[in-house]
Amino acid sequence: MKQIYVEVLAKHSREGEVEPLFILWEDGRRFCIDRVLDKRRRASLKVGGIGTRYTCVISGKKRYLFYEDDKWFVEGK
Amino acid sequence: MSRWILHVDMNNFYASVECMFNPALKDVPMVVGGDEQARHGIVLSKNEIAKTRYGIQTGEVLWKVRQRCPHILVVQPDMEKYLKISRMAMEIYGEYSDRVESFGLDEAWIDTTHFGKKDSVHVADALREKIRKELGVTASVGVSFNKIFAKLGSDMKKPDATTVLSEENYRNLVWPQPVSSLLFVGRATEKRLSRLGIETIGDLACYEKALLRTSLGKWGEILWSYANGLDCTPVAPKDIHDQIKSIGNSTTTPRDLRCEDDVKLVLYRLADQVAGRLRANGLCGSTICLSVRDCMLHTFERQCRVHYPTQLSGEIALAAFSLFRKNYNWQHPVRSVGIRITDFEENPNVQLDLFGCAYRRDRTIKLETTLDKIRNRFGNQILYRASMMTAPEITDIALHQEYTRTGI
Repeated sequence: MKQIYVEVLAKHSREGEVEPLFILWEDGRRFCIDRVLDKRRRASLKVGGIGTRYTCVISGKKRYLFYEDDKWFVEGK
Repeated sequence: MSRWILHVDMNNFYASVECMFNPALKDVPMVVGGDEQARHGIVLSKNEIAKTRYGIQTGEVLWKVRQRCPHILVVQPDMEKYLKISRMAMEIYGEYSDRVESFGLDEAWIDTTHFGKKDSVHVADALREKIRKELGVTASVGVSFNKIFAKLGSDMKKPDATTVLSEENYRNLVWPQPVSSLLFVGRATEKRLSRLGIETIGDLACYEKALLRTSLGKWGEILWSYANGLDCTPVAPKDIHDQIKSIGNSTTTPRDLRCEDDVKLVLYRLADQVAGRLRANGLCGSTICLSVRDCMLHTFERQCRVHYPTQLSGEIALAAFSLFRKNYNWQHPVRSVGIRITDFEENPNVQLDLFGCAYRRDRTIKLETTLDKIRNRFGNQILYRASMMTAPEITDIALHQEYTRTGI
């Protein structure tokens, strides 16, 4: 299992809040983040790394998206 | 009123951080170790498999470790990562108390008197959970009514456990422990205590205080009070822990130093670095400490005071070299040296003299400040003393053990 770094379209609010909206996959696919259920600092125990973990709902499934040192990653298989 | 203090110790810190960033390292015997080519080949930290299955200890030399475990994985230390996790841990501690005092990168005391005993234990458990989930490493926590026992408690159960040492149970739990497990009892003190028949903390606690003073001086009395749970040192407030206490650099050179010229060159190199860091922090120090380790691994430290608080590399190097000449008998070649400056003053008032020394000093300060600016802009290697070119194999050193001690 490894970290998969991804491009993310996000909204940066005036208050400094960051809300991820879309994940752009390497092959050009674009995944809409339907909802962000939770946001907190967490280490990824599966693939390693530490940062702000967004618990997102993508196509009806719960997925973790991490923001670590200005880079976004998801947990690969 | 009884105080309540936690001592948090993140287990196998460097190795745990490496495992957190790369979980595959958890499944193989792994140590974080120094560079063997540069003669820094010792174990700095080990993971659980290396520790439990192969009995690898911190401080062991890597070639010996390889004899027991030929397939051991050695990872080079990455201080940036460890500092990052350490800072995050301090933020977590700060959520519970405004009295948080760090003790190295991986340990800290937290005063939780305001929570009371029962809730301090809950805080300890909550902290462990938070550290595990947020930082991906485990921690052991000692809960006690003084800093010394809190520290001892965090060492008693590992990994990821809370140990409570209260006024009611400390005689049963602390006193049977070997005296060497008490903070500040090193090998030398342990030997001296052993000569008095003191093997456990309980032996020390029940020993005649006056006799200890006779044998070990004031330090004997302090250790006696520690053993009896009478330490009353406060936990420093959060805003004080960043106050710098000393600045130092040390190095193990790629080859042994065999003559005074060798030592002088390395001391000048170290003094340049230390002085640059003093100036970067706007500090001048009055006490110069020199540490020396010979190739038989005997170590000693000597210190002296300088006339004026200084931040000049020439003055620091001269004081360190003079200490070296006074105290080293050249029975063996030198393996490593270090310089540390303490007793800081910010913008000290310097006594002027009739012979213009202060004026010359002022010019040297300006010169060294200019050197700092050039080095900051173009890198440390852009300017160095010409003498360094005479023995690049010892002066072209990575000052890996650059350290700043903070606290009160």
